[in-house]
Formats: sequence, C-alpha cells, structure tokens
Amino acid sequence: MTSTTNEAPDPEAATREAAASLTGVETTVRSVAQAAAEPATGITGAQSLVRSLEAVGVDVVFGIPGGAILPLYDPLFDSKVHHVLVRHEQGAGHAATGYAQATGRVGVCMATSGPGATNLVTPLADAYMDSVPIVAITGQVPSGAIGTDAFQEADIRGITMPVTKHNFLVTDAAEIPQRIAEAFHLASTGRPGPVLVDVPKDVLQATTDFAWPPRMDLPGYKPTTRPHGKQVREAAALIAGASRPVLYVGGGVLKARASEELAELAELTGAPVVTTLMARGAFPDSSPQHLGMPGMHGTVAAVTALQKADVLVALGARFDDRVTGELSSFAPDALVVHADIDPAEIGKNRKADVPIVGDAKETIAQLVEALRVEHAAGRTPDLAAWWEQLDDWRERYPLGYDWPEDGALSPQYVIERLGAIAGPDAIYTSGVGQHQMWAAQFIRYEKPGTWLNSGGLGTMGYAVPAAMGAKYGCPETTVWAIDGDGCFQMTNQELATCAIEGIPVKVAVINNGNLGMVRQWQTLFYEGRYSNTKLHARNPDGTPKPVRIPDFVALAEALGCVGLRCESKDDVDAVIEKAMSITDAPVVIDFVVGADAQVWPMVAAGSSNDAILAARDVRPVFGEGQV
Amino acid sequence: MSRHTLSVLVENKSGVLARVSALFSRRGFNIESLAVGPTENPDLSRMTIVVDAESQPLEQITKQLNKLIEIIKIVELDGGAAVQRELLLVKVRAPMAERTQVLQTAELFRARVIDVNPDTVTLEATGTPDKLQALLAVLAPLGIKEMAQSGTVALGRGPRAMSGAGTLRPVERTA
Repeated sequence: MTSTTNEAPDPEAATREAAASLTGVETTVRSVAQAAAEPATGITGAQSLVRSLEAVGVDVVFGIPGGAILPLYDPLFDSKVHHVLVRHEQGAGHAATGYAQATGRVGVCMATSGPGATNLVTPLADAYMDSVPIVAITGQVPSGAIGTDAFQEADIRGITMPVTKHNFLVTDAAEIPQRIAEAFHLASTGRPGPVLVDVPKDVLQATTDFAWPPRMDLPGYKPTTRPHGKQVREAAALIAGASRPVLYVGGGVLKARASEELAELAELTGAPVVTTLMARGAFPDSSPQHLGMPGMHGTVAAVTALQKADVLVALGARFDDRVTGELSSFAPDALVVHADIDPAEIGKNRKADVPIVGDAKETIAQLVEALRVEHAAGRTPDLAAWWEQLDDWRERYPLGYDWPEDGALSPQYVIERLGAIAGPDAIYTSGVGQHQMWAAQFIRYEKPGTWLNSGGLGTMGYAVPAAMGAKYGCPETTVWAIDGDGCFQMTNQELATCAIEGIPVKVAVINNGNLGMVRQWQTLFYEGRYSNTKLHARNPDGTPKPVRIPDFVALAEALGCVGLRCESKDDVDAVIEKAMSITDAPVVIDFVVGADAQVWPMVAAGSSNDAILAARDVRPVFGEGQV
Repeated sequence: MSRHTLSVLVENKSGVLARVSALFSRRGFNIESLAVGPTENPDLSRMTIVVDAESQPLEQITKQLNKLIEIIKIVELDGGAAVQRELLLVKVRAPMAERTQVLQTAELFRARVIDVNPDTVTLEATGTPDKLQALLAVLAPLGIKEMAQSGTVALGRGPRAMSGAGTLRPVERTA
C-alpha cells in the first residue's frame, strides 16, 4: 500500500485560518421579517411573487419556464432577481442545493406544472435527506382545472409531501407574500430543508395588492434552538469523566456554522474528532486531533475510535446506517451525548444517554462553557493512553491505495493531486459512488462549505449542477466537480447552461468506463459477475472496444466547454494546472482511469463496524488488551 | 404491541389529514382508528388516532408528527386519565318474533332505536370500544345486516384542556 501524506506544515495555523474564514460569513440566513419593500396595489399575483422574492433577498433563481408558470416569467424578465435558464429541472434543483450549501443562503429553483414539477422531485428528496434550505416554486394548472387530469397537471403537493419539510398550494393571490415569507422562514430555520410553493396559473394572473413584510402564521412551528442548560452540564460532566471520548461531528455543525465553536471544544477536550461525509470541512483535516471520516468507507482509526469509545459526543449527526454499520454492535461501550436541532433524530437509531435539543452553534458554545467549569473544578481527563492507541491505529492503517496492476491511471492519485493543486480554498462537489468516497478520503478539507455532495439520498448526477450553483454563489472561488462517468452522463447537459451563463466550473470526470461502486460490490459479493455495470463500448465477449462512447472531450467541446484528457500519471499535474489556468469557460477533464480500483477501507453493508477491512482481505489488529 | 390514543390538535387546513396518514404509513405504523372533527376553535381540528405500537416507536412517531408544520400539539390520552367513546350504528335483523330480544339487548346496553321497519331495527350506541364489542357479540347471533362504527374520540379527564394555541378556549366553558 502506498500511504498518502499531505500533512500541512503547521496544523494549528490551518485551524486558526479556518476559524478566521468564518468570521466574514453571514451567520444567519437573511431575516425574512427585516427586509423592506415598497407596497403596491393592483398588481398581478406574478408581480407580487417576484416582489416577494426580491424582498426576501433572492439574487438568483434556477429554472425553466412552461405553460402554467408563464405569467411569473413576465415580471421576472424585469426583476433584479437573476434567472439561470437550466437545461433540465433536476439541474435547477441541484443547482439551488449547491448554491445553498456553498453560501448558507436559501437556494431557489422554479419549474412549470406537471413534468417540470416532477423533475424537481429528485433534488427535493436530495435536499430533504441532507437538510439543505431550498425553496421550489412551481406553476400549477388553473384552480378550476385542478383534479381534472388537465394538460401538464400533477399533484406536486401530494407527490412532494414525503420529501419536503413543508409545501403549500397557494389558493389566493393575496396570500403570495405570506407564503413566500413562510417558505423561506421554514426552509432556513430549525432543521433546514426544502419547501415547495405551488401556484396555480389563475392565481398568478389575478389582481392583488402587495405589502412587505407580511404576517407569518405558523402556530405549529417552534423549533428549539436553545439547549437545555441542565442537559449541557450533564454532557460536560460525562465528557470530563471520559477516558475514551470521541467527537462525532455531522452535517448539522456546518448548517449551524459552528466550526469555530467546534474548534474550541476540540481544543478544550483534547478529544479525537471524526467528521461524517456530510461534515467534511467542519474541522480541519490538518488538525492532529482529526481522525478522518467514519463509516462504511471511513478510516480505520475513525471507525475504530467510535467502536471503542466510552463517551460519544454526537453533534448534528444522525447515526446513519452508513456510519454505524450494524446498529446493535455499534459503539457498544459508549455512553452517548446526542445534540441535534431535530428532536426526532434523538433516540431514533441509538439511545441517547444525554439528549440535547438545540442549534449546534449554541449547544457547542454552552458545552465549552460548561466544560470550563468542570476543568476549573479539577476534573480534567487524562487521554494519553487513548491517544497512544489512536495514533497506533492511525499509523498502522493509514488511508492508501494500490496502483492498478495493468499500468492504468489510479483514480485515487488523480483525486489526491486535484486536491493538492486546487487546495483548501476551492469548493469540491461530487456525484455518488467510488469517486465520491475517494474525494471524501483523499482531498484535505480545511474549511466549512468546501465539500458538497449528496450524502443521504445518494443522488448520481448531483456534481455538475451543484457545482454550477456553488460557482454562481461564490464566483471568486474555484469550483471543481469530481464526477464519475456514470454520474456525468446523468446531468452534464448543465454544462451548456454554465457555458452560456458564464459560470466557469471545472469538471474532473473519473472515467473508469463502469458504474464503479456497483462493480466493486459485484467483484466482492457477486463473484465478479458484472451485470450491467459496463458503460464503455464493448465487443460481444465483453472486452472494451477502442472507441469512446461518448467521447467526453468532444462532448465537452459540444457543450461549449474546454475539453481535456489525461491517461497517464505523468500528465496529471499538467492537465490539472492547465484547467486551473482557464478561468473564462467551463473545463472538463476526462481522466481515463483503471476499472478495478476499489474503495478501502470498507465495512460491508449490514456488518458490524468491528469487521472493517483496511484493504481487501486485510483485517486490522486492534490490540484488544490495550483499551 | 399495546394500544395508544393520541389526541392531535391540527390547523384546520386542506391536506393535513393526508400528511398525517401518509406519515404513519411511511414510517411503518398502522392506524387502528382515526377520528377527525372540529374543535371549539374554528381554526383548529382535533384528530384522535389510536395506534398499536411499543412505547419506543410511539415516541418516534410522536416526534415525527410534531415536525409536521400544521400540527399544533399532541397529547397521549390513555387509561384512566381520559374518557374515550366510539359511536356505533348497527342494523339488526328483527322480525316480529325476535324483535323483543333485540330491543331488550338495546336497553341493556343503553342503545337507542333510530330506525324501524318490518324486517330490521337500527340501533345507535355509544361507549368504550369494549362495551360496543360486547353489544355486537350479543347482537351477532340475531343477525347483523350492516354496521358503521366511528373511530375513538377522547378527552383528558379533569379541568385541564389541551390549550395548544393561545386562542383555544378552555374546554369546560364550551362543553
């Protein structure tokens, strides 16, 4: 195994830098109630909706017009709200999500009724699973036609009930400002999530008045953000008395913009930190306290630290099956402090010994205060033995990879170099599969909001449109989409949008000619029977044909991008640097890599985390006697 | 499995019932009975939901219900701390020769006759689910032609009300 070493020269400096980078960022989503706007009378519902979007602070909407939503596109034409005309509504939804994850503001997407709206279902489900604040506005057939199977009618409110935080059907144009305000409030507060507002065509055409801010009427919505002081003190006492604590950090810490507080807590406790797939970047990878990512493809040290911990401090994490493995054998000796803004997450999968309902930022800040009290009273744990153990695991089982025996390019190497050259200031998005796991493992994240991916739903095709949204929201930042060739073929049409709109994203297609993760499972669990995972053109005996279908370089050029190709190790750096030098157009690099590279470590689905394999057939020895 | 009665105050808006029932099926819970009706506040409706669940999953379903934006408040009403009633309408075969027996049974269970014809009698009965089951068991041999039964409705005992919203008036004043 080749171990990878990208140690930053001064880890502490990187931590400070990451913390400092937060101070310039908006800490809350724009307050709905404080925005001001001129009142208006005798305007259309569509005008009222556009004014509402302006008043709530929207700067960009990703969407496609159509029959039912046409009235809205007329006033939008004159609005200061910029509309990005995407090529598929799924692209609009993921772009809104990428925008929201990169900027912390609410992302907005728009579609017409029927198929336009149903094309948003996947990104809504994606945003719901990953708690991303987006608002979707859909046109609906006229009120009188609802329920008649009218042309382009779909019950999008009914369809999206299970995949949105909330949704509305607006029945009266007078309600529009209130519904928009409520939608943005719901999306961005509490546990964030997607909200859909469905507006029938006649409501958009009706005459109405506009006033801002409207009164919001949500009597059943009272998210708990302030943690209970007694629970926090109990948690602090537990942490102060722990001999093998682990801070298990989830995406909620990023949503709450609590990285600074987390850095303080980590320093104060001296405890090891693991960041889940949704939390990469919440704590700098360069920190010696960071053990990496836990879960199915986590580091041996992170997975095993959770397994052997005596106190788990879960912060904005939800004990997902990809993290816990077999639940009944997950962290068997640990007492659990579980802090989350969503009370339904607490105790859902794992019993919480100290439950804390609250916003991660406030909770961690209070936890720091309570721990100071514990320390002042002389209760400071000695973690030397624990760290000795952790360091031993970390040294013996570092992340690594083998080069393909056939001399093909290693996908891990490509991603590692990409991370090293583009650096910690860039934003990275990914699709779903092997390339996603390698991007989570081999890029060193130092700052919040630099790693965007589809964690919960696992939506292939997320990378390109999400990169488009992120780049629009952060135009000064380099945005790399790391995509697989399977994923890329699902949503690459948005590169045309990027080329036309002047959104110069960069795409690294990790092209192994296969649905790589499924192929890996077929290799490991289905005797190498590669049923329907080969994407490349092939002869009747299955061997690849020397033809590229599609030719990603030609495809990129056709979509108005610069297309580059890399097939050998020696060219990797040069091609990446070439792509970095092109700033006025989207760039696609076709990295042709070996098909048999695998993601390791791995805990097989449904297995105990104790059965982690560091590499194929390599079962770590944990030194049972020592802890 | 054990039976639990949830009293749920919800906003009186279209689609709320769909949200609640879909949540139950999505999360794998069976609703044993469901009754929805107006409350003393026209903006609110009350759903009384009877579920069969262990206490742990019930806590999870309650938390998930609470996340629905249009749900104001949820209280579990169980055992001696609540009064629970169902309404039963039952059409019984009652030819003249057997009519007295039907009417005597009705009287025993304090059921009222609400429709009569030469062949059948329709009874109205209210009570706990157990009482109505007992009534049906006695009527069954006589020949039940048709029946309709409501879900359970329930209120907590004592002076306290589920004042979820500030506008909700105390129950005793409107009773």
